[in-house]
Amino acid sequence: MLSRPSLIRSAFSARALLSPLAVPRRTLLTSVVDAKAGLSEQEVEIFDLAKRFADAELAPNMRRWDETGEFPVATMRKAAELGFGSIYCSEEFGGTGLSRLDASLIFEALSTGCVPTTAFLSIHNMVAWMIDSFGSHELREKWIPQLTHMDKIGSYCLTEPSSGSDAASMETTAKRDGDHLIINGSKAFISGAGTSDLYLVMVRTGGAGAKGVTSVLVEKGTPGLSFGKNEEKIVVTFEDVRVPISNIVGEEGKGFTYAMKGLNGGRVNIASCSLGGAQSALQAAVDYAGTRTQFKTPLSGFQNTQFKLAEMAMKLTASRLMVRNAARAIDAGSPSAAATCAMAKAYATEECFQLCDDAIQIHGGYGYLNDYPVGQYMRDLRVHRILEGTSEVMRMIVAREILKD
Amino acid sequence: MKILVPVKRVVDYAVKIRVANGKVDTASVKHSMNPFDEIAVEQAIRLKEAKKATEILAVSIGSTKAQETLRTALAMGADKALHIDTGDSETLPLQVAKLLKAIVDKEKPDLVILGKQAIDDDANQTGQMLAGLLGWPQATFASKVELAADNKKVNVVREIDGGLETVSCAIPAIITADLRLNEPRYATLPNIMKAKKKPLEKLTPKDLGVDYVGKLTTLLVEEPPKRAGGVKVESVDELISKLKEKGLI
Repeated sequence: MLSRPSLIRSAFSARALLSPLAVPRRTLLTSVVDAKAGLSEQEVEIFDLAKRFADAELAPNMRRWDETGEFPVATMRKAAELGFGSIYCSEEFGGTGLSRLDASLIFEALSTGCVPTTAFLSIHNMVAWMIDSFGSHELREKWIPQLTHMDKIGSYCLTEPSSGSDAASMETTAKRDGDHLIINGSKAFISGAGTSDLYLVMVRTGGAGAKGVTSVLVEKGTPGLSFGKNEEKIVVTFEDVRVPISNIVGEEGKGFTYAMKGLNGGRVNIASCSLGGAQSALQAAVDYAGTRTQFKTPLSGFQNTQFKLAEMAMKLTASRLMVRNAARAIDAGSPSAAATCAMAKAYATEECFQLCDDAIQIHGGYGYLNDYPVGQYMRDLRVHRILEGTSEVMRMIVAREILKD
Repeated sequence: MKILVPVKRVVDYAVKIRVANGKVDTASVKHSMNPFDEIAVEQAIRLKEAKKATEILAVSIGSTKAQETLRTALAMGADKALHIDTGDSETLPLQVAKLLKAIVDKEKPDLVILGKQAIDDDANQTGQMLAGLLGWPQATFASKVELAADNKKVNVVREIDGGLETVSCAIPAIITADLRLNEPRYATLPNIMKAKKKPLEKLTPKDLGVDYVGKLTTLLVEEPPKRAGGVKVESVDELISKLKEKGLI
């Protein structure tokens, strides 16, 4: 699981005047900053279902999972039962067969309840999609049903201790030995490491650079596969791990191409998780500002607070439009999808993080006590500016596309 | 066995209600299926899964927006849906019961399972009135429903003021669902997609030959008085005298 450093731990449980609100109840906010504006009937139903699940199954546990570092497998399986395990895989082997926009709506709604759990669910979905899109008939037949129900959970391994943004320089090798590949190396920052059953690993089968990379499936329990401690770098180590050639997903040497295709969607998914967390943080800030009084006035009576809330609403609305635009671009097969997704990810993750930071400020001292959710939302959103492509790499992608013309 | 489940679209239970222009403000406010109706739908689906029922027909009476609620019922597992379009006018229990009677006469279900009451008007009348109009037995406030082995009777445990009461009704019968009858399932994404293909019929009260117009007029809707601050007293004697003043002791 993503490691979660805490801010200041409260020395005592604050019996504050106001109870922390994890489940938003106001309507005025949702009609102004409306996550469902412009959606079709089916899209609204999908969003409502995910939101309902988030309110009932995720929000009440968000804080506890953060404090214990628990990886909530049982809850994710419940989500999978509703079809959230393979949202945009084809229906051929049991996937739900929905669009990238539908997936964005689902992750946005779920992350109003718990951001890291939703972010991991989106990674599992990406693994399923890659197998479904590029894997052989046998691999799809074997794995898609299991991944759909989350009988087996999938993790994605590309980053290494020495290769993050420079992903093509990755060094984990896979050498042919008859009908097997022998894998040696290590991967780092792997969400789900140790708990996941199936690992989609990018390995070097050929020469240097992107064209030498192949994607291969490795199951937990394979001899030579080991995992580092959860609180530390979440490392997956391969020592002479033998996998059959039939575990190669797609063609040898095409692994990097598949990875890049997968990342467009992954970026929209992570940006969607930022949207949900930000929506909850904004709701909490609005509620707090209406209740807390100083100088005989509720905070919402001061123009500075009003302006801040208005700006937060603008940030969230603009981010949401960019993310959904990017999702639609993938669905439409747009040639500029990569740049569109990069813009959306950079913008939304940065603006939504800023929104959460502002939400903490509005809460004042209570904002950094763990009784209140806003601190956790900010921490949870911070990593979105880094994983699945840093904000800097996003800028590289966009600039390259602009200057191409 | 065919089951009819009426469902109502109401303001969502979590919404903070406001009164505007002498009416409850429902514009841009989140609506959902009445929670007791969800429990009714769930019960019907469980009977179908137990192979006691063969068809579930969901019906909703109201404006075109009622179709949202019908789609939720279909996504949960109902087979068919029927929308009775009454436009934007308020639908009161007796009118609804008369429309439901016409539908029962037409569709001939063996059971009608309703929510015990709607959370907007808290009327708790429709199921009972329908039973009266049809001359059918009624088992209201159900917390447990069991079909007899011969499918000719239904045994229902009812939650009443004194505790629990078990009644046995001959089928066809009316059942109204109470909170503890079951916990409704989530719709699933595949079912939401399949629901689009399930039949949704649209009719008007005229098509059913029911032209009853309600005789009730709403005179006033207002918010409860704002909570006033309490009064601090200095001694027990003062407390007693204040309580006596207010006629409370």
